[in-house]
Amino acid sequence: MSVILVFLLVIAGFAGWWLSHQRLTAKPWLEQGLAGDFVGLDRSALPTAKIGLGVFLAVVGCLFSLFTSAYFMRMGLSDWRPLPLPRLLWLNTGVLVLSSIALQCAVVAARNGQIDMVRLGLATAGLTALAFLIGQLMAWRQMTDDGYLLSSNPANSFFYLITGMHGLHILGGLVGLGRTTVGAWNGARPERLRLGVELCAMYWHFLLLVWLAIFALLAGWAATFIDICRQLLT
Amino acid sequence: MVDITPADGIPPAEVAEVELYHPHSWWTKYVFSQDAKVIAIQYSATATGIGLVALVLSWLMRLQLGFPGTFDFITPEAYYQFITMHGMIMVIYLLTALFLGGFGNYLIPLMVGARDMVFPYVNMLSYWIYLLAVLVLVSSFFAPGGPTGAGWTLYPPQAIMSGTPGGQDWGIILMLSSLILFIIGFTMGGLNYVVTVLQGRTRGMTMMRLPLTVWGIFTATVMALLAFPALFVACVMMLLDRALGTSFFMPAISEMGEQLQHNGGSPILFQHLFWFFGHPEVYIVALPAFGIVSDLISTHARKNIFGYRMMVWAIVGIGALSFVVWAHHMYVSGMDPYFGFFFATTTLIIAVPTAIKVYNWVLTLWRGDIHLTVPMLFALAFIVTFVNGGLTGLFLGNVVVDVPLSDTMFVVAHFHMVMGVAPILVVFGAIYHWYPKVTGRMLDEMLGRFHFWVTFLGAYLIFFPMHYLGLMGVPRRYAELTDMTIMTESAHHLNSFISIMAFIVGFAQMVFLFNLIWSIRHGREAGGNPWRATTLEWQTPHTPPTHGNFGKDLPIVYRWPYDYSVPGAKEDFIPQNMPGTFGPSREPA
Repeated sequence: MSVILVFLLVIAGFAGWWLSHQRLTAKPWLEQGLAGDFVGLDRSALPTAKIGLGVFLAVVGCLFSLFTSAYFMRMGLSDWRPLPLPRLLWLNTGVLVLSSIALQCAVVAARNGQIDMVRLGLATAGLTALAFLIGQLMAWRQMTDDGYLLSSNPANSFFYLITGMHGLHILGGLVGLGRTTVGAWNGARPERLRLGVELCAMYWHFLLLVWLAIFALLAGWAATFIDICRQLLT
Repeated sequence: MVDITPADGIPPAEVAEVELYHPHSWWTKYVFSQDAKVIAIQYSATATGIGLVALVLSWLMRLQLGFPGTFDFITPEAYYQFITMHGMIMVIYLLTALFLGGFGNYLIPLMVGARDMVFPYVNMLSYWIYLLAVLVLVSSFFAPGGPTGAGWTLYPPQAIMSGTPGGQDWGIILMLSSLILFIIGFTMGGLNYVVTVLQGRTRGMTMMRLPLTVWGIFTATVMALLAFPALFVACVMMLLDRALGTSFFMPAISEMGEQLQHNGGSPILFQHLFWFFGHPEVYIVALPAFGIVSDLISTHARKNIFGYRMMVWAIVGIGALSFVVWAHHMYVSGMDPYFGFFFATTTLIIAVPTAIKVYNWVLTLWRGDIHLTVPMLFALAFIVTFVNGGLTGLFLGNVVVDVPLSDTMFVVAHFHMVMGVAPILVVFGAIYHWYPKVTGRMLDEMLGRFHFWVTFLGAYLIFFPMHYLGLMGVPRRYAELTDMTIMTESAHHLNSFISIMAFIVGFAQMVFLFNLIWSIRHGREAGGNPWRATTLEWQTPHTPPTHGNFGKDLPIVYRWPYDYSVPGAKEDFIPQNMPGTFGPSREPA
């Protein structure tokens, strides 16, 4: 359970930092008047939707940290046989990176008010994300063709489970991306469009990060890395 | 007192207007409503409905335990199904949903001075997914093989084997699906509760001016958002084990002489995941109760809460600590003694912030102008019950004491006292307290007092004797206790007595339900602020509050929520939104 504890420690650090800015040592019983005029005590200047997405990403991060924790605990048992990952996953990784880059371009374009570039960026991001999902399905197909079935070994089970869960999150993101894209074509208000694009980009970058982490995990590099760390510590 | 109004006068409230959704039809106003208050009532009604099912299940269990062999229809299988569904419903579908979905939805926007939750549409979805989860759960009663009988902890491997009711039928699949739905729905609601507290606060409402109710619900929601994913992961993996034959949790195992296809999985892994959710869950239920009870005591004792800062720190501290104690539920699963030592230590440390809270409640009461209203009675009963249940927690937190007691009725008594009866008493107190705001009428006082005394004394008569049964060695989880040497005649008598009390207490809840329904039309008119309370929900222009809560202008907050009996003030309470400086002039130390 160490992975999830480390993740929660990061969250706790963030929460602690935020709380430390809320004048937790104030004596509210002695203060009358508009205390909200102290700088930074009111709501954050960030758009509410961004904070909402941030909280949601913390939950998603928690979910994948728990899968990772379970992976490491299950890996220690005797019947674990690591599986060779299909090379297609490298291509998929590249496609997902492209998707993120395209959205980042869309963000820049939205800030500069270039609506055409926004549309191009959104469309590219959507298509590449779709390509990623199809690529993942093809990778699953390759695995099953090679005889690595879901239930034949826990390493396989975790592979399908974790990649599937990540794919579902991308799929959910595509719904949001689709709505933003439709808005970009139907002439949504610029500030609204910009917020939508930024939210999509935030979600995409996060899921890319998650993908890189689970790719490292499934390929076995994460375990090797932890072993090295452990050796350094002892 | 320090006046911290800025010198250049009060700037206009520049709080951005929330884009309120305005309902156009009866359907969007009362059914598919995006108004947090309507959603709160929907959540509460659904939770109460499914809670009644759990109440009936507890009666059936007590019939079997109190009068073994009398009722043929309660087979051992049925008993296990009752026990499982009772536990799961009470902990998750009733208490979690009621405190966060019910009270959270109603109170957060009103108490922080917001017009509604920040994401009303998602909030609405949250309720409908919760309802779906409840329906899936209920459907398992009608599925072939009935609901699962795996115990509310659903431990594998037994949970998905044919010896357990529902293990190889629909029961366990519906249970896991329902939990997954619940978690998805809760996450949607939880995002709202957290972000509304962060971003929806009105002008002047700093975090350190929030009523403790909001602090409790806020912290509990943050914990729930981080803890429920563990249950989600456990459910998904068990579902795969059951439906697709993977071996995440299932070891190599044979059933009736036949080798199953599972191989090498780890049941302990499930226990870690389950309790990583399960222990924070205790505080997800307790923290809102802590917060609400603080407000009830302060309001009905006409005195400011003692040690507000300490109360806030204790809430946050308990929330953080509760994530590093989970393995104390697994002492009997076998673990490295050093781990046991670590988890025993963290468990006992939680007693410190909890004790701080109890002392502060008692010190708030000290020399207060105590009004023994029904909400206050429930709040006082909560303190007693919580201390009682908490003390037995200190017993069970120690490995050497826990191991012999773990499988006895002592544990049943402990957790029912601390996370069953205690939070439920707060739920009742809170309903008596806020019902006038929700409906505009008071609940009937006489029925309320009857309900209180029967529930409080009755619950003690049910659960206190269980401690003695546990110390005698009477095991929990057993459907049949007749032929055991432990079960002396007096133990049997005690069991029958407990069962009769369970029926009486259950009956008192029917009186309460009658009161809830009857008072909507026939209760005494309450007015806007019957308890003369300071917090914002009592200052709304309309009672019950209309869509948008606060009329044309949002309130501006000038003080903390506990200005009761301030010397020099005209009344014995000063609402949070009343400007001006009161009290003897005093510089902060």
